[in-house]
Amino acid sequence: MKGKKALRLGGAAAVLVALTTACGTAGTANNASNTAGAGTEEKKIEIFSWWTGAGEADGLNALIKLFQQKDPGVQVQNSAVAGGAGTNAKQVLATRMQAGNPPDTFQVHAGAELMAWVDAGKMEPLNDLYQSQGWNDKFPQQLIDMVSKDGNIYAVPVDIHRGNVLWYNKKIFDQYHLQPPTTFDIFFKDADILKQHGITPLGLGDKDTWEATMLWEDVLLGTVGPQKYDQIWQGKVSWDDPGIRQSLETFKKMLQYVNSDHAALDWQDGSQLVATGKAAMNVMGDWAKGYYTTDLKLKPNVDFGWCVTPGTEGDFMVISDTFGLPKGAPHPNTVLDWLKVLGSTEGQDVFNPLKGSIPARIDADPSKYDVYSQQAMADFKKDQLTPSLAHGSAASPGFLDAVNTAMKVFVTNQDIDQFISALKTAAQENNLGQ
Amino acid sequence: MDSLQRMDAVPQGRRRRPWTWERAYPILTLLPSIIAIAIFVYGFIFWTGYISLTKWNTLTVNLAWNGLRNYALLFQQFRFQADLRNLLVFTILFILCCLVIGLLLAVMVDQKLRTEALFRNIFIFPMALSFIVTGVVWQWLFAPNSGVNLILKALGVKHLPQWYVDPTIVPPGWHVGQIQLGLPIALIAVVVAAVWQMSGFAMALYLAGLRAIPEELKEAAAVDGANAWQTFWKVTFPQLHPITVTTTIILAHISMKIFDLIYAMTGPGPMFATDMPSLNMFNTTFQGNHYAQGAAIAIIMLLLIAVFIVPYLVSAFRQEGRS
Repeated sequence: MKGKKALRLGGAAAVLVALTTACGTAGTANNASNTAGAGTEEKKIEIFSWWTGAGEADGLNALIKLFQQKDPGVQVQNSAVAGGAGTNAKQVLATRMQAGNPPDTFQVHAGAELMAWVDAGKMEPLNDLYQSQGWNDKFPQQLIDMVSKDGNIYAVPVDIHRGNVLWYNKKIFDQYHLQPPTTFDIFFKDADILKQHGITPLGLGDKDTWEATMLWEDVLLGTVGPQKYDQIWQGKVSWDDPGIRQSLETFKKMLQYVNSDHAALDWQDGSQLVATGKAAMNVMGDWAKGYYTTDLKLKPNVDFGWCVTPGTEGDFMVISDTFGLPKGAPHPNTVLDWLKVLGSTEGQDVFNPLKGSIPARIDADPSKYDVYSQQAMADFKKDQLTPSLAHGSAASPGFLDAVNTAMKVFVTNQDIDQFISALKTAAQENNLGQ
Repeated sequence: MDSLQRMDAVPQGRRRRPWTWERAYPILTLLPSIIAIAIFVYGFIFWTGYISLTKWNTLTVNLAWNGLRNYALLFQQFRFQADLRNLLVFTILFILCCLVIGLLLAVMVDQKLRTEALFRNIFIFPMALSFIVTGVVWQWLFAPNSGVNLILKALGVKHLPQWYVDPTIVPPGWHVGQIQLGLPIALIAVVVAAVWQMSGFAMALYLAGLRAIPEELKEAAAVDGANAWQTFWKVTFPQLHPITVTTTIILAHISMKIFDLIYAMTGPGPMFATDMPSLNMFNTTFQGNHYAQGAAIAIIMLLLIAVFIVPYLVSAFRQEGRS
């Protein structure tokens, strides 16, 4: 009997330990480590980002190398945090900022994501830097607006990705003599032909939900146009607006043409469907180009083609990485030197060809870029720029999270009324547009 | 055991003993961990509880009092309601399957085979993997266009199961709040993966329990004319009761906290069919920056686990006190 008692007690102890560990995880997940430098200003900088993937890490290293050439003797600490489109990095950053221990400079998307920090009073304005470097007319005004609040500029954009791109399998399109779907009519005409031939018209992988949100935001932009699209995120458009409803009707119709296993796939799997010819089209940001050319070794305009998503000709859905200067950064002067390199044409042309993005400056050298990027650069100069919801530029993280939650339900039950009412609640709860 | 009893006996004999090194030593050695646990476990539990009652739902820290509003909002959410359903279904299926399979494996391994050690290791091996690895492997095995379905396809099955992509909930028609009650089909794939990983653990505990049963009991049963089947159900199985309770409690708390397996394998799933409170908490807190709401989820998870574990601990320690 003694053995049994001991066993029971041992079990109880094991449970107790496990339980306390569980609570510890719940309560202390915020406890990130940190090693900030000393108070005196040395020539030292800690650069915080989530650039750990193949091309982007190379780009960052090239930038750091350039910075060290310009500023000999500067010590650079590259604090990149790996994992899922910056999810982990943003969490670590939030912890450090709240603890009053910011990195010298950090990667943040232009728009609402940056403004969350500005509103919290954690960022220094950079107007003097823009003035002294003559940057005010080197970046598109609409982009500067995305990193400004009340006349103050808070960050330097390094790269631009485009969100409203539709990629298609060139061989399939040639075989069935299809037109690139620049309008919704052409899209559905193409889709019907493809469906008749047993090819999935639209590849989608929305395991992480943002992929579906991104597809909808492109449909929304194509339906209501850039002005109204902007106003929606400023809280100036009623959620009962017919344009919003129509975009959801179109989106719902599109979902009838996607692969049935989309909930099991992530964005790369979705893009790969086009590469392997299992699906004909895929809507994805232009990081998909890097995936096609670098990872899958496909040739642009031979294996895959592209056009803007239906109805968005003349619009440019912007996803831009920027860097700023947080209040209380240990080495503010070195950060300003770093930002000067980031904002220079030289810096942008060193970084972007490696990352596969295009420069945020409008006077960069197109010859350094591939055929897709050259076209995107030309569009970037003349197009209307719109902020991406799915990538945190259009609205606060809280609102985005609520939209993603509603989207997860919508892609399955396709109940438009329910989705719109979820949007209303989300806007109210998160003070959209304030 | 001897020295322990002696230490127990001493304070009763002489209450007013002066401080000596011998007496201070155990307290001093325990002190650092007591302080650490007080701060890093219980302190943070209280802090989390406090945060859950505030308005801290953006990046900016806002500790203004919000009452129980975060909780109220939570229970109105489709996602959270689905989480509670999934948690209940998953926990029941997971524990039942682990216990049954674990007991079966333990009895099989206990048959005094020469290769016992080999089988024991084979069955317990999945536990050595991290849930992330298990999740990725089973994600591919149950992906609708690969893995298991390729075999089924080759066997000529027409309507291939969609596994964790299937949003169906059976049986149809039970609506409570915003959600449909029942067993989400998508969850079955997750249960299979979790059971695959943890039934070896149940086996190990049962095996220890089987070994602790004195041979005399079985011999006595044999003398009384019981066959193997009767001996197992009438003698062995009742003796395993404490093991079953312990295993259930341990598996229950694993199942209630489950995060990594689902994060790697399916994510929240279609219509949140495979979502769990832990996943919801992660998204709410660290992606949505709704810290107060995330803390509320954490507290509810804590309470749910406490419902299971506190009665168990109380009874376990009471029995220890009696002996």
